[in-house]
Amino acid sequence: MYGWTGQLLRVNLSDGKCRTERLNPTLARDYVGARGLASKILWDEIDPKVDPLAPENKLIFMTGPLTGTTAISGNRYNVVTKSPLTGAIAASSSGGYFGSELKYAGFDGIIFEGRAAEPVYLWIEDGSFELRPAGELWGKNVHETEDAIKAVTSPHAKVACIGPAGEKLVRFACIMNDKNRAAGRSGVGAVMGSKNLKAIAVRGHGGVKVADGTAFREAVLAALAKIKANDVTYGGLPTYGTGVLVNVINAHGGLPARNFQTNIFPGAEKISGEALAATYLVRKKACQACPMACGRVTKVPSGPYAGHGEGPEYEAQWSLGADCGIDDLAAIIKANFLANELGYDPISFGSTLACAMELYEKGYLPAGDTEVPLEFGNAAVLVETARKVAYREGIGDLLAEGSYRLASRYGHPELSMTSKKQEYPAYDPRAFQGIGLNYATSNRGGCHVRGYTIAAEALGTPVQADPLSPEGKAALDKAFQDLTALVDASGICLFTTFALGAADIAGMLAPATGVPYTEESSLLAGERIYNLERLFNFAAGFTKADDTLAPRLLNEPMPEGPAKGKTSALTEMLAEYYQLRGWDEEGRVTAATRERLGL
Amino acid sequence: MPKVLVVDQGKCTACRRCELACSFKHTGEFNPAAARLTVAIFQDDDYYQPVVCQHCDEPTCMVVCPAGAIRRDVKTNAVIIDENRCIGCRMCIMACPFGGTDYSVSEQKVVKCDLCGGEPECVLNCPWGAIEYKEPAGQALDRREQVARKVQAALREVV
Repeated sequence: MYGWTGQLLRVNLSDGKCRTERLNPTLARDYVGARGLASKILWDEIDPKVDPLAPENKLIFMTGPLTGTTAISGNRYNVVTKSPLTGAIAASSSGGYFGSELKYAGFDGIIFEGRAAEPVYLWIEDGSFELRPAGELWGKNVHETEDAIKAVTSPHAKVACIGPAGEKLVRFACIMNDKNRAAGRSGVGAVMGSKNLKAIAVRGHGGVKVADGTAFREAVLAALAKIKANDVTYGGLPTYGTGVLVNVINAHGGLPARNFQTNIFPGAEKISGEALAATYLVRKKACQACPMACGRVTKVPSGPYAGHGEGPEYEAQWSLGADCGIDDLAAIIKANFLANELGYDPISFGSTLACAMELYEKGYLPAGDTEVPLEFGNAAVLVETARKVAYREGIGDLLAEGSYRLASRYGHPELSMTSKKQEYPAYDPRAFQGIGLNYATSNRGGCHVRGYTIAAEALGTPVQADPLSPEGKAALDKAFQDLTALVDASGICLFTTFALGAADIAGMLAPATGVPYTEESSLLAGERIYNLERLFNFAAGFTKADDTLAPRLLNEPMPEGPAKGKTSALTEMLAEYYQLRGWDEEGRVTAATRERLGL
Repeated sequence: MPKVLVVDQGKCTACRRCELACSFKHTGEFNPAAARLTVAIFQDDDYYQPVVCQHCDEPTCMVVCPAGAIRRDVKTNAVIIDENRCIGCRMCIMACPFGGTDYSVSEQKVVKCDLCGGEPECVLNCPWGAIEYKEPAGQALDRREQVARKVQAALREVV
């Protein structure tokens, strides 16, 4: 095969047996790779009603056909499993070097089954692979784990692992690779922890072949020229990182503050990408093959929050900052370092802490239940709980369950800013109608990177859409969601879509794989993947009732700013969205749609 | 003056596009292990540097080659390997202080940068100009000015 290596590794952790399998070319063609292919395998192989932390759940790492090539940001892999946070299908994407290395070693992906009796890690070197004891690694943080594994395998190994958060089954634990890149959302790290799998290390000396080298090279260079001509991909992102959005979104009156109680944060400027660039930024860093280099290498040289690492990026600048009412950038950076090192998602953590702060402020969470004062704006509490949550110490044990379970425990689930129990990122649906519809319908719950309508609603890409109007948002959401599924399946980064469209992506996919993907057929693959995830979720027990938003966003008008007086017009958008998707009034994928998509 | 690969490590973002483009040009596959250059990534030190063949004026590889297989390309002035003459002894790998020559496992032969005949693929693919193809003259000017800026700043504080 071309693009794909054509080989998968299946690892049964229960009996320790590993075996290689051929990749089915028809499935590869129809589901492309990464998020798509792994979702198809999960759908075929597990009962969607399975307990996410039981051995019967599977954990699938999968690259795409563009991973490991010069395709713009061709480095990504996805982790697909059933999420312990949402109970829905989880597909978490990560960058860095790990995914590419897996292909150089000869594998498109790895399917983990069962549960190891004792902690183990998987070592892959070209065609050879073995499970090794990881008892001495258990308890180590992400950076220590990577260093320790490299010391006994190869200094050039690429490592994906969990930190203490994954071991302690924190419901929003990540899988980290190359130290600071994360398959971040939906708690895929907790599934890895439940399987007693500490890490995967891989080293490969082989190459990725493409079907038509001349055409592939031309398509890539044309795409590179578009990336370099774009103000976001070759301007805002490399200069300020994703944090360039803090001031932009705040100016729209859509930067949620203090658990979405309001949407203008007075401290925005102090926690912005511009502020970061002027203070703690050391340099920009790219994932493999990426010209955008949005990664932030940062250092707080001294003081209580001294540290060195990567990030934060926009969502964490918001979740650890504005959402908790905190404008101390050094504290935000420190909390983000802890999230990277201990291995959990700072979006869900920050938002859960913000929820705890509101529960505390309103007196629902009694002072006697927490050893730290959960006050909005308390930077020291942020950093302290950022450590405790990973080890489930004290109040950290409650935070580790995510905001929905926390708020429910205190009788106020309405204060959890989640859809399908996953915390929202940094855009208020009352100020951006389209993103609200996306939060409500996203197959992994509250999430911006399933259908990033903000590109159109705030940045005018590829077309300007009025953020305050629900009109046309159903079509916009569907288009973004299908395109995103394609991007994730291809093995490239979503940020390419600021400059590239499906035609550009198909233009790289076709010569890479030899499959004649077109703009239409590749978007159809994206739609197929989206619908397959939907089928999984409905088989897991989800219904139309789960396609909703936190009550605050539907009922409490925005108190101030450009979106003052607005609520989310979800109901109106949702009916149109179902119709466009070819789903019935109950949100079920119809037989006709299944047939059209070959599902 | 002939052109060479000029590296500015301060501009490198560790994306490794150069490695991928190089391996693809020379082997038809994307394979960093077969690239004729490597981005050294010292992640904990925030330091990334593309390490390339310097195409030295007095190449050690050429001097030690017992088969006379390493010569200068008349068109580009690149130091290149004549595959027909190479006996695979790998003396050049031992001799080169920059790691400019290497044994490629996937191709089963000794390989090195040939400047792609004057159109280096790494340069074309580097998004940030960390590798340029140009005459090496004047490389120090920018750095001297940066040093002068630091001296200037220090003087402002004390004078």
